[in-house]
Amino acid sequence: MKHTLIVLMEDRPGVLNRVSSLFRRRNFNIESLTVGHSETPGISRMTVVVDGDDTVVEQVSKQLYKLIHVTKVTDVTSEAAVLRELALIKVHATANTRGEIMQLCDIFRAKAVDVGADSLTIEITGQEDKIDSLIALLRPFGIKEMVRTGRVAMVRGWSGNGSRGARS
Amino acid sequence: MNLTGAQMVWESLVREGVDTVFGISGGAVLHLYHALPDYPIHHVLVRHEQAAAHAADGYARASGKVGVCLATSGPGATNLVTGIATAMMDSSPIVAITGQVATPFIGKDAFQEVDITGITLPITKHNYLVTDLRELPYVLREAFYIARSGRPGPVLIDIAKDVQAATGEYEYPPEPTLPGYRPTLVGNPRQVAQAAALINAARQPLILAGRGVILSDAAPELRQLAEKADIPVVTTLLGISALPETHPLSLGMGGMHGEAYANLAIQETDLLIAIGARFDDRLTSALRRFAPKARIIHIDIDPAEIGKNIAVDVPIVGDAALVLRSLLPLVEPATHPEWLKQIAIWRAQSSERDILNQPMTGLCPQYVVRSLYEATGGQAIMVSDVGQNQMWEAQYYQHDRLRGLISSGGLGTMGFALPAAIGAQLARPDALVWVTTGDGGFQMNMQELATVVQEKLPLKIAILNNGYLGMVRQWQEMFFSRRYSGSHLLGPDFCQIAAAYGIASARVTEPEQVGPTIARAIEHPGPMLIDFRINPEENVYPMVGPGAALEEMIRRPTAPVLAQADGGTPEEAES
Ligand SMILES: Cc1ncc(C[n+]2csc(CCOP(=O)(O)OP(=O)(O)O)c2C)c(N)n1
Ligand SMILES: [Mg+2]
Repeated sequence: MKHTLIVLMEDRPGVLNRVSSLFRRRNFNIESLTVGHSETPGISRMTVVVDGDDTVVEQVSKQLYKLIHVTKVTDVTSEAAVLRELALIKVHATANTRGEIMQLCDIFRAKAVDVGADSLTIEITGQEDKIDSLIALLRPFGIKEMVRTGRVAMVRGWSGNGSRGARS
Repeated sequence: MNLTGAQMVWESLVREGVDTVFGISGGAVLHLYHALPDYPIHHVLVRHEQAAAHAADGYARASGKVGVCLATSGPGATNLVTGIATAMMDSSPIVAITGQVATPFIGKDAFQEVDITGITLPITKHNYLVTDLRELPYVLREAFYIARSGRPGPVLIDIAKDVQAATGEYEYPPEPTLPGYRPTLVGNPRQVAQAAALINAARQPLILAGRGVILSDAAPELRQLAEKADIPVVTTLLGISALPETHPLSLGMGGMHGEAYANLAIQETDLLIAIGARFDDRLTSALRRFAPKARIIHIDIDPAEIGKNIAVDVPIVGDAALVLRSLLPLVEPATHPEWLKQIAIWRAQSSERDILNQPMTGLCPQYVVRSLYEATGGQAIMVSDVGQNQMWEAQYYQHDRLRGLISSGGLGTMGFALPAAIGAQLARPDALVWVTTGDGGFQMNMQELATVVQEKLPLKIAILNNGYLGMVRQWQEMFFSRRYSGSHLLGPDFCQIAAAYGIASARVTEPEQVGPTIARAIEHPGPMLIDFRINPEENVYPMVGPGAALEEMIRRPTAPVLAQADGGTPEEAES
């Protein structure tokens, strides 16, 4: 089963390296990993999607806590959470197909962010399955280039960072 | 006060209580060495940086303090790696300080530049690259704090050369508070109460004591628990000496080469109380069939150890001594006569430690170790290497002295013993320190005999010389159709080696010479090396083979007790 973990860590040189080295060394199966700033200066926030049963995910969390710069790990899998990914898709488009592609974008509430002579660049945000569906529909036109950010997550409602998930 | 970076290092070390460091100099640590003579710190010049790390580790294990080693950038730093990994696996608190090329050169493949923080990332508890002098005092303070607190471990500090040379304001920082590092020390009262209830209800309880007991100074509490509730104690290799091995409740070491009665106790217990042990595969063997009848209480300071290898019924995260102190009042006095009688019966069926009375042919390593035990009353600090010799030492020497066994358990590092013993002897100048080692492992770091002499250390060295990488040969004999591929070992004349360093030595080939030679070594005021020419194809028994469960041991062959050079497959033994 796929678990979504939110990891808060001090923004120090090498901290991302420590985390990814840990995943590799412990043979954890990481589906995606994204990192960026959080609301607190000096604290980075990482979203990790891990594939594994509860014991594996518990190990991931405990091993992350052993990194000195990791301050908090929360498994939001069973919480009501907003899960989002962003993708940029450059798809082959001619005068004939452009309209059809734009229609698909509308349905998915995706945006064309760049138009080239023979291509359209589309930006889409949403859950992975929604992005998967759009990609499947665009593939016949010819996808020239694509980038996906990986999942980011946030628990719904009020839930400050200090509110839950005290370390064991 | 205004200090150079190099001075800050020594100033901080002095304040951390460091009196000894082990190292080798070089271009990137010249500033450090230049400043050193002004501080009350004894520098031990080793002959290989691996030995510096092992010596710091041995110092830490013998003293309970943080051990410190020092190396230059590049090859000096990489030579530390095996020693750091050894310390990591065995939770030894050491601080390794390395020089790094000057800041403008970092990343340019400069002369003797190596990314040692990258290399040691998975084998340190934490590490630092210092490129800003203002950070240096904080880094030093944090490094020692992290190394010694919680689950101890190695911390590496890589300091750029220009930072060592620069001058700045120094103030010894207060004890750090790290938001991401707050070890849990006190056990959760509810879980402690659950553990007590299980202990009070158990009919065949067993304690499994690991190195965590020793690291947290919980030996008195362990003993109280065992005696109060009449619970026998099995230890891991690194838990040896947590309870004196001659204590009536001590069953010695369990696991792959544990005594049969210790392993049978594990397989039959209805409550296993693991304290500061991590269910390593050398202990558990076939994990799914480990302690099949037992509920398990697991006390460990590292939450990640709980549930890592084995599912437990009552997890307690905390410092072993503090947890046991909270547990003890809840445990009712009890006796388990039938359980102990059963163990006594198993014990009587083992031909274990009465080796002195066994008929034997040739020189048996078991006899040598047993004689060392007799000669030292179980009170020496034994520093063992890796291989068959390590197992014989653990089996036939009964360690009654707390912290009386120093050995590389987790990494199983050949070449560990001699340098670690150097550290141990410096930490405990008045103690009798014996190295027991194989001929293979000794040759991996025997250059350190020079350090022994330079430091005037009265170390005693027993080489169990079988002319083989013996443990490898044993596996080949048992599981690889006796094809001794790459395990025959031509050694030098170890007595001549000793003589070259000015160290006294003796060669022993007959059982009658063993006792008197050991006695002579102990009386000899300086270091002495004994080359014991043991039977080449002696095996370690009992043994749990690969994939087997603990009760499926290959037992010691019966009379003639010890397998001889003509070899043959080991007989399934008594009972
Ligand atoms: C550095 C290192 N290299 C290789 C090994 C694998 N190994 C384990 S035991 C052993 C043989 C040890 O031979 P020796 O030191 O003579 O001890 P003996 O088993 O003969 O007592 C070897 C090669 C190891 N543990 N450590
Ligand atoms: Mg050997």
